[in-house]
Amino acid sequence: MNQFKNELKNGKFVCSECTKCNKLVWPPSDFCNVCFSKVKWRQISKKGKLIEFSKKDNVFFCIAEFENTIRVMGELKTGLKIPSVDHDLELVECDYTDKEKFFFQLN
Amino acid sequence: MRRVGIGGFGLTKFNKDDVSIESLMLSSIKSLFDTSQNLTQKDVDVVLTSTNDNRKYLANTMSELAGISPKISHSVESLCNSGANSVISAYSYIASGLADVALVVGAEKFDSPGLVLEWDVSRGQYKHPVYWSSMFTRSHMRKYGTTMEDLATVSAKNHKNALENPHAYFDKEYSVEEVMQSKNITDDVRILDCSFPCNGSAAILLVSDESIKKFTDCPVWLTGLGQKTISAGFTKNEDLTKLKSTKYAANAAYTMSKKEPKDIDVAEVHDAFSICEIIEVEDLGFVEKGKGNQFVRTMYDTQNKKINPRGGLLGSGHPLGATGIAQVVEISQQLQNKAGKRQVEEAKVGLVQNMSAAATSSTVLIFES
Repeated sequence: MNQFKNELKNGKFVCSECTKCNKLVWPPSDFCNVCFSKVKWRQISKKGKLIEFSKKDNVFFCIAEFENTIRVMGELKTGLKIPSVDHDLELVECDYTDKEKFFFQLN
Repeated sequence: MRRVGIGGFGLTKFNKDDVSIESLMLSSIKSLFDTSQNLTQKDVDVVLTSTNDNRKYLANTMSELAGISPKISHSVESLCNSGANSVISAYSYIASGLADVALVVGAEKFDSPGLVLEWDVSRGQYKHPVYWSSMFTRSHMRKYGTTMEDLATVSAKNHKNALENPHAYFDKEYSVEEVMQSKNITDDVRILDCSFPCNGSAAILLVSDESIKKFTDCPVWLTGLGQKTISAGFTKNEDLTKLKSTKYAANAAYTMSKKEPKDIDVAEVHDAFSICEIIEVEDLGFVEKGKGNQFVRTMYDTQNKKINPRGGLLGSGHPLGATGIAQVVEISQQLQNKAGKRQVEEAKVGLVQNMSAAATSSTVLIFES
């Protein structure tokens, strides 16, 4: 788990992947939740899609999905585009200070 | 398995006073002893405490403070459905024959550490519950045309119901317009669409059928139980217009009690946010999917108290570990025809739905008079 946070601090979004059955384990864990084998950490594709969104104080927040598996909430930067469900997006920034932080941009 | 019933109950007024968790719990235990006939400390062989407070050894502490030396004592923590889950534990001890009389007490302080699940990294920087409720709200609006006015009717209805509940945190009526004009927390949730954390405590006595007549002349029987956890992480909710764990738990409880949704006369459901009640009445089977918005409007327009007669979480306040037990107290009073101005006529079968952490876990209980 520390590796997850450390990689976030370095701007990399990684997830645990089972070394035996190759399942992505999300939220991250040190063991596979199917076969309890050890996991390795690999970077997740930055390309995803928008699942749901809302807005607070003129800032959009949303659920984004990556690799058809990993759903995570973060801030959504829309530019001049109007967001819609299933819209393609990209992870543009992640961090860990006092908590995990994710930032997405509509494509 | 032995039958299990409610032999007595106690409540405190929900508030934000500066008191300890032990004092809160002891207040509702005292209320229970004051109102239960023939009950002495020696009768109690299980003490369960329900809370998200960080106190250690609390069930044993409360046993000592209440003068009880139980065979079994421990705490139950499951965020917002700690209360109903502690009822399931107590039921299991009695039904199996391990125990005969269980005291279940729940309490929470307004600044409980259980308000936010820090573990859930899938929520990113949006950990507060208002963000998951915004996601459910927006999805239901898109798929079923639910409006801000529909949401506001839930809050207006439940605040109005709470006016007749002497233990409720709120004692003010709000119109639909006032709810809609209340502060925007997000674009999809107004502040009056949110339940408020507060202090509160509730206690019940669960008793086997062999012993219950000693404590009450009108027992209420717990005939159906269901609990389901689909995950702990919010984003495992694949369909944001449904409460999957509630559907599972409800089906289990209906099957066990041999009841159907149409048999339920009165229900306390977990309206942590207005959208929750709309989806819950659908997923508990009270109305067809997608019609929850019309259902709550009808309840409001006709002043029907079938759903959340005590005011739910929106009107009563939400002391996490006490909420599920306070819901059970209300249904017990309803089925005993002792709910005063909140009374639902001819209530014979009641339901409690209590859930936690963005509906990742739900508990459903069915009671019969």
